[in-house]
Amino acid sequence: MTTVNRTTGTRPVNPPKAGPPRPARRRGPRRHTRRDIAVLCVLLGLPILLDLALVWGPTLASVALSFTTWDGVGDIEWAGFGNYADLFADYPQFWPAVRNNLLWLAALGLLATPFGLLLAVLIDRGVRFSRFYQSTLYMPVVLSLAVVGFIAQLVLSRDQGALNALLGRQDDPVDWLGDPDLNIWMVLLAACWRHTGYVMILYLAGLKSVDPELKEAAAIDGASERQAFFRVVLPALRPVNVIVGVITVIEALRAFDIVYAVNKGRNGLELLSVLVTDNIIGEASRIGFGSAIAVVLLLVSLGFIITYLVQELRGEQRR
Amino acid sequence: MVHSSGNGPGGCAHRAVRGVTRRSLLRGAAAGAGAVAVPALLTACGGGPGGGVTLGSNASDAVPKRAYADAFAAYEKKSKKDVKVNTVNHENFQENINRYLQGTPDDVFTWFAGYRMQYFARKGLLADISDLWREFDGFSEAVKKQSTGEDGKQYFVPYYYYPWAVFHRKSVFRTRGYEIPKNLDQYRALARQMQKDGLTPFALGDKEGWPAMGTFDYLDMRANGYDFHIALMRGEKSWTSPQVRQVFDLWRGLLPYHQKGANGRTWQEAAQSLQQKKTGMAVLGLPHPGQQFTAESRADLDFFPFPEIDPAFGQEAVEAPVDGFLMAKKARNRAGAEDLLAFLATPRAELIYLKSDPNNVAVNSGAGTGSYGALQKKAVRLVSGARQISQFMDRDTRPDFASTVLIQAIQQFIGDPDDIDGLVNGIERQKKQIFAAD
Repeated sequence: MTTVNRTTGTRPVNPPKAGPPRPARRRGPRRHTRRDIAVLCVLLGLPILLDLALVWGPTLASVALSFTTWDGVGDIEWAGFGNYADLFADYPQFWPAVRNNLLWLAALGLLATPFGLLLAVLIDRGVRFSRFYQSTLYMPVVLSLAVVGFIAQLVLSRDQGALNALLGRQDDPVDWLGDPDLNIWMVLLAACWRHTGYVMILYLAGLKSVDPELKEAAAIDGASERQAFFRVVLPALRPVNVIVGVITVIEALRAFDIVYAVNKGRNGLELLSVLVTDNIIGEASRIGFGSAIAVVLLLVSLGFIITYLVQELRGEQRR
Repeated sequence: MVHSSGNGPGGCAHRAVRGVTRRSLLRGAAAGAGAVAVPALLTACGGGPGGGVTLGSNASDAVPKRAYADAFAAYEKKSKKDVKVNTVNHENFQENINRYLQGTPDDVFTWFAGYRMQYFARKGLLADISDLWREFDGFSEAVKKQSTGEDGKQYFVPYYYYPWAVFHRKSVFRTRGYEIPKNLDQYRALARQMQKDGLTPFALGDKEGWPAMGTFDYLDMRANGYDFHIALMRGEKSWTSPQVRQVFDLWRGLLPYHQKGANGRTWQEAAQSLQQKKTGMAVLGLPHPGQQFTAESRADLDFFPFPEIDPAFGQEAVEAPVDGFLMAKKARNRAGAEDLLAFLATPRAELIYLKSDPNNVAVNSGAGTGSYGALQKKAVRLVSGARQISQFMDRDTRPDFASTVLIQAIQQFIGDPDDIDGLVNGIERQKKQIFAAD
């Protein structure tokens, strides 16, 4: 996956420039005929056009709309930074949503991901019934997060949930999903439950591809098992690490389905994505205001994307 | 149907993010941030073959869906014209209504009376049916008012309604000797007594965000009157006014008698607790508790009007949301749509519907009550005795205000009833922004 997209992602800029100007000095294969150029133009042009039309067009439209008030019908009116001012000062759900998105990122990144790695290592080392564990732990990944949300409700409902029955707390039940101080942790637990399996499978695949000779060599050099893992195996897993990192960030930023299934993302379960939906998609149609929230989400995403791209490009230069 | 796009950034990003790479990261982020802001891409399918009428329905639950089908079948038989029904999931239908009406809507579609209809009439998305209304018979002035836009023209064909009231089980009241409370003091005393008897006085589930609105509406109308309540809903009164504070204060006094953890409970679970005799009373709409009661216990279900708070207003206002039909401005088959609407306004059409969905009551006074159950008859008496009829919080105010401010505010209040000051100030600030929008 990565390699395929890497070629489309970074190379497109080079070949056309490098091609035509100096064909004379090069030998045959590097020369671009008219036909090559036409093919290149089509192959590159189409994705670029699609990219502009489907990604950057809407993105810029969204940014522009965030400076207006518009209800989806009538006129679009300029509002300057009004939406942003309202958002930061007077929208009670905004800061909890930001906090929850960050919590989500922290939980997936600091708990679920390392735990998934641990499980992968354990299974890779061949504990008994490893196939069983592998399939069991991977099972939740097959479920959509919305389904995970419904399962969470069955287990955690205050009056009729399984957990309160198991704990014998029917007389003084814990309101797992209704208490705004508690429900985010419950939902995070469910999200981590699913994410762990995902990460585990990715690392398992990665670990299988690590050359055993590397570990042997490390052992011969006198490295302890711990050192061998952290100094040799983990760095060798770099491509997997990158993928896992990206997945974790994406999952944290796009988190939506599970809270929406639980209580529409209200009362302690606010997320930026939910606020965007509430304001834009619903009957509300506060498109300008919702776009402002979307832009905040975009900026947060861009922060991660840029950091990641910079790292990647630097890494490529070094290699 | 394309309506079912409801899940926004999650849905958009979901698709883009499956292949995990830098580019799809970019795309996912952009889709999440941008694509949802592109309006009017999602439109309904509409437009049947000439002659027939298309009808968009939000009746996605089995019982009302079948009831509507019966009514339309009766029309088809009578008029020899086709009705092509597009049924869409209830929530998705409401959420996409803006795009739906601006795209290619069906000729006729199901909707709600009151401000929630007037809002779209003001946007010029609905067809004026004042001519039809001149022929209509059997609708009260109050109902006509709810069917009329701010410009004085009629847009809405009312079909059925269901009043909100305080529901309870007759047997519980009988065996324990409870009296129907007439005013707030008796209401509180009854709640105290129930608590003493080991019963949770009020069932409450507000996970969906709307069920508790009914309690607010009644407290406000009883304490401050219908006119104040409606003015408040239309953004003309301040939420920081002493009247509104008083409503929350009254509610805070009653909250200890309510089920704990209402924000984590669905209204269905709340109604079930009433059925199981774990709770004594519940403020709900007519169709709600009945659906959760078993067939035997349904006859045991009863209600009384919300008690009086200020004698000046008594119990004169009743909350009775009316459901019905609208014609889209963009309707293609206008004549056919008008013919269908005229049929739907008749008592006969209403009774055909109610035969399969007896949880509501016909709006047309010409509809005979002979086939009604005891509860339905009582509901008719309640509403016909009402001096004013409110629709429900999310129908009496702007949709954006209800769904992005009030739902959250009421849930916040239920979770933390002591910070009324912060609550009403927050609502008022957001109200000013939203109502300033146009």
